[in-house]
Parts: sequence; C-alpha cells; structure tokens
Amino acid sequence: MEPILLRARGETNSRSISTYLRLGGYGALKKAFIMDPAAIREEVKNSGLRGRGGAGFPAGVKWGFVPQDSPKPKYLICNADESEPGTFKDREIIHVDPHMLIEGIIIASYAISANTAYIYIRGEFVEEARILEQAIAEAYKKKYLGKNILTTGYDLDLYVHRGAGAYICGEETALIESIEGKRGLPRLKPPFPAVVGVFGCPTVVNNVETLACVPHIIERGAAWFASIGRPRNTGPKLFCVSGHVNRPGVYELPLGVTFREIIEEHCGGMRDGKALKAFIPGGSSAPVLPADKVDTAADFDAVAEAGSMLGSGGLIVMDETVDMVWALENLLTFYAHESCGQCTPCREGSDWALDVVRRIRRGHGRPEDIETLQRIARYASQGMTICPLGDAFCGPITSFLNHFGHEFEAYIEAATPAPRKKLPILPVRSGRGTFGL
Amino acid sequence: MTPVHTEPLQVTPPAEVAEVHFDDDMEKRIREILKRYPTKQAAVLPLLWMCQERWGWTSPGIMNAVAERLELAPAFVEGVVTFYTMYQTEPPGKYLLQVCTTLSCQLCGTSGLVDHLKERLGIDFGETTRDGRFTLLDVQCLGACGEAPIIQVNNDYYTELTPEKLDQLLDELV
Ligand SMILES: Cc1cc2nc3c(=O)[nH]c(=O)nc-3n(C[C@H](O)[C@H](O)[C@H](O)COP(=O)(O)O)c2cc1C
Ligand code: FES
Repeated sequence: MEPILLRARGETNSRSISTYLRLGGYGALKKAFIMDPAAIREEVKNSGLRGRGGAGFPAGVKWGFVPQDSPKPKYLICNADESEPGTFKDREIIHVDPHMLIEGIIIASYAISANTAYIYIRGEFVEEARILEQAIAEAYKKKYLGKNILTTGYDLDLYVHRGAGAYICGEETALIESIEGKRGLPRLKPPFPAVVGVFGCPTVVNNVETLACVPHIIERGAAWFASIGRPRNTGPKLFCVSGHVNRPGVYELPLGVTFREIIEEHCGGMRDGKALKAFIPGGSSAPVLPADKVDTAADFDAVAEAGSMLGSGGLIVMDETVDMVWALENLLTFYAHESCGQCTPCREGSDWALDVVRRIRRGHGRPEDIETLQRIARYASQGMTICPLGDAFCGPITSFLNHFGHEFEAYIEAATPAPRKKLPILPVRSGRGTFGL
Repeated sequence: MTPVHTEPLQVTPPAEVAEVHFDDDMEKRIREILKRYPTKQAAVLPLLWMCQERWGWTSPGIMNAVAERLELAPAFVEGVVTFYTMYQTEPPGKYLLQVCTTLSCQLCGTSGLVDHLKERLGIDFGETTRDGRFTLLDVQCLGACGEAPIIQVNNDYYTELTPEKLDQLLDELV
C-alpha cells in the first residue's frame, strides 16, 4: 500500500508547513470550504472511517450527533493523550506530519460548526506539544487558522492543552473534565459529549489518527478511502508493534492484514528466532490472544470475532519465554495505579486482583484464587462502572485465565501457604509527613 | 545514543516558594492563557505547568497563588495537583529519572536497567540522591513502546537503553 498518513516520513523538514504545502497540503481544506458542512459529514460517513482511539465508532456518525440548531458554541477536541500501553502512533503522526493533523482538525471543526478546538496532549509529550505549538503558529501565519480563514468568513482558534500524567484522561469525558481544570473523573453517559461536552456545550472528541485521515477523505473521496481495507473496516491503519519482534515500530497498513503478516513480514519476525506465545492486538486493554490466532485479520470486526479488540492498534508481542502470570501482574499494576478511584468495583477490584496475582506469582497462591479473579472480573466490568476502565482490566484477567489458566494453576499447585503474619499496623498519613502509630 | 540534551531543573528551595507572586511576564502569560477558555477554572492545569517550569516543583504556596489568581478554593487546586502524577509536590533532584515499567518496556529489559540504576545511585524509587542530583521514579507507559526500554529525564526521552548507554547518560547529566 502507498503510504498515506506517513507519506512524509523520510522527507527532510517533514514537519514544516512548506514541505506540507509542497506535498499538496491544505488542498483538502480549500476543497472543504466550497462544500456544505453537511456534505462533509456525509462524505466522512460514506468513507466508513471508524474512530482510531479505541472504540471504532464511525466518525461521520458521531459528527452527525452534534445538534446543529443549538445556540451554544460547539467544540472540537483532538485526543492526543495516547496513554494506552502499547500505543505510540499519534506521537508518530505528530513527529512526522503535524500539519496533516491540523488540517484534519480544521475540516472537522468546520463540519460541526465549531469555532474553538483543543488538542489535549499527555503531559509527558513535552517535545510533541512544542512541535504542535510551532505548527499551529505557522498555520495562523498562513491564515489557515484565526479569524476569517482564507477569506471564507469562518473563524477557528486552535489551542494545545497539556495533561499532567493520568491515563484516565484519555477517556473522553475525563478528558473534558481535565480541560475544565478539574480532576479527571469520567462522567456518566448519557448525555454524550456531542450534546453536553466541554463547558456544557456540544463537543466532538476524536483521536489524532482519526482526524489525520480526514484531509485524505476530502481530497480523494469517500469511495477511494473505502476501497482500502475490508467492508466496514476501511482505510489505512497505523499499527504500533512492540515487544519481542526484530523491528518494532509504527507500520501503516490497510485494515485487514493478518497479524502474521505484520509480525513476520513487516517486523522481521520474532526476536532471536523464538516462538510466538501470545499477542495483545489492540493496546493493553484488549484481551490477550494465543499464538494460534495469529492468522486473524487485523480489523475491528475480525479481532472482535476472535475474542479481543483492535482497540488502538497497539500490538504487543510476547515470545515463548514470557511468564503469563508475570505479564498479567504487570498489566494489573498499571490499572491499579490508573483507576481514578471514583467507582468502588474498579478502584478496589483492580487493587485486589493485583494482590491476588502477585500472591500467586510469589508462590503463595490459594486454590480459590482463580475463582476470586473471575469474580472480580465479573463485578467490575460490563456496566458496573461509570467508564470502561473496569472492562479494560477485566478483559486481560479473563483472557489470561482462559488461554493460560494452566500457568496460574501450576503456580498454585506448587505454592506454599503464606506465613501467617499479624496484620501490620498501617501508618497514618497526614498532608505532608507520615507518622507511625 | 542520541546526544544528551537535558537541562537541569532549577529547583527553588521550599522557603523561597512558601509564598509566591507572579511577575509581569507571568501575568502576561496568564492573560494569554485565560483568553483560550470561557472559564477561569480551565486555566488551572496550564497555570500549574507555568509555575512548575518557573520554580521546579509545586509547593503549597504555589497552589495557593494559583487558587487566588483563578478565584478557586486552595483545597480544590490541591485536589487537582495531587490527582495528576506530574506535578511534583516535593522538591526533586536536578534530574528526574522516570523509568517506564510497563509491559512493552519490561519485555525489552527494563528490570536490568532498574537494578543497575538503584545500585549505582544507591536509592530506591521515590528517592533522591544525597547530592540532590537525581530523583528516581517509576512511571507507567510513556507512549513510545517501540523504542523500549525508555527513561524520561526531565522533559526528554532516552530510548533503547542498555546499562552501558545508561552509564554514559548519567555521566553526562551534571
Ligand atoms: C480508559 C480509557 C482510556 C482511553 N485513552 C484514550 C487515548 O489515550 N487516546 C484516544 O484517542 N482515545 C482514548 N480513549 C477513547 C476515548 O474515550 C474516545 O473514545 C476517543 O478519543 C474517541 O475518538 P475516536 O472516535 O476518533 O476514536 C480511551 C478510553 C478509555 C475508556
Ligand atoms: S511500555 Fe514503556 S513506553 Fe510503553
């Protein structure tokens, strides 16, 4: 496939506006401005573009939920939080071609009649925030942003808003809270952000990669975009591959390539010639799949059918040496750390599950532990919590137990009972210091 | 390895940030920030960032000043500060070594790096070396897993690290 989102990779000064213009950049914007916003929404709907942030929701349909007759201002937010373990594609787009993202943001804002847009970027991405600030300044100078853009009468301001370290702020309603200056606690839905979003106004939240596809759809047409990939799973996709492969990195491929092709052809196969044991197909929240699923097509529907999800396209590859109990412990450490604490099943469940898995791995597992883990996974998922972070850690638990339960059982069979200790007296914490009791 | 390009943090001692005032430059920045949002409250995160860049960490005095400037309760601002992991509520060393300990990095050898770091610096996660040069932190996925293992030093990412490259890096961070 010809590179689309990463077409500027390898160009010198690929980030500068002059390179972008030379490659035909901001042409789609001019075309969009002679279209009606409704026609743009229709075009994006027809392209079949599904959200690249994790849920795969059709972008054009989401834009259609914004009540156009509402007297309130409308907002567009670009989600550049990129905190899902195993995901690093938005960073690549920002590094290679920030203007492609900005052009997508302008077209999307115009399509939903927004006059203000924010890019919410994770706090750790300091360099990436600077790259975006610089590109935005260039775009203002060339009149692609600001008042009366290209003398069309349309106004748009675009600002970068930096997060400060919280995975949960990738969830769109937590992100909105964070822009409003609060702690990132997800909101109950409905109302959905398209109706009541940031500052109480209609808001569309889209992922970086989703928005980067938009200029191409406008420029080359919905039919062209839909011809890439497979039915209902259209367009190019950035796959981020990490773990035990020879050439980890970001690869742009049509939706529907098989995981085998990604690993063997594009990533140069498994590192040190080891055998594949398992892979996580869509970022850490996606259920793990065993090696025999490697011929699954990497698209939203096929991965769902195989029992997992394409998520963000973050493919984590694990070879035969990996201890799956250890791997689950690592993932649960992440979720226990990142649960926002709002819902009891998620806050307590993630910590509790981590304790149990840790105990198993330390050789003190108990026969009932597997049942306990399954029970936690039942009670913290599927609508028991405000946001899907509950599901995000329960999917790994159930899938690790389903496919690799024998490794957990082996640990438990060999376990020795933990030495019975008196419960420790926990220190009492005050604002700053810690006192012993 | 990528050349070392990290500036040390300018960490202001606690006594000097017990109470802070915004100078004219900062006031100008604040007015610019406020223009971006329809509410004052939305400026909390950007203002806290501005202060942390200026003073090196986020003291209670800084939280109070931000609260007062934005007409918010100090407790609310403290709640925000402590929710996020990147606002440092204790003065850190000159270099914040933030080691990614999530799965993809671990698959590529993070634990070897951590052992090496702890031994060489003689500190554990969450601690600062006695000379105030390094603070060691364990952090979650930094969003650059293809270049694992990764350590973020202040604002900069150092990728595909080995114990040898790490030694070279530490030597240059003075
Ligand atoms: C816990 C959690 C974390 C998320 N993190 C991200 C993220 O880092 N980046 C992202 O684009 N979407 C993330 N999402 C998905 C967003 O809520 C939202 O669906 C997405 O930004 C919508 O954009 P899209 O339709 O273009 O995919 C996350 C969702 C959840 C539940
Ligand atoms: S796991 Fe370390 S950067 Fe993602």
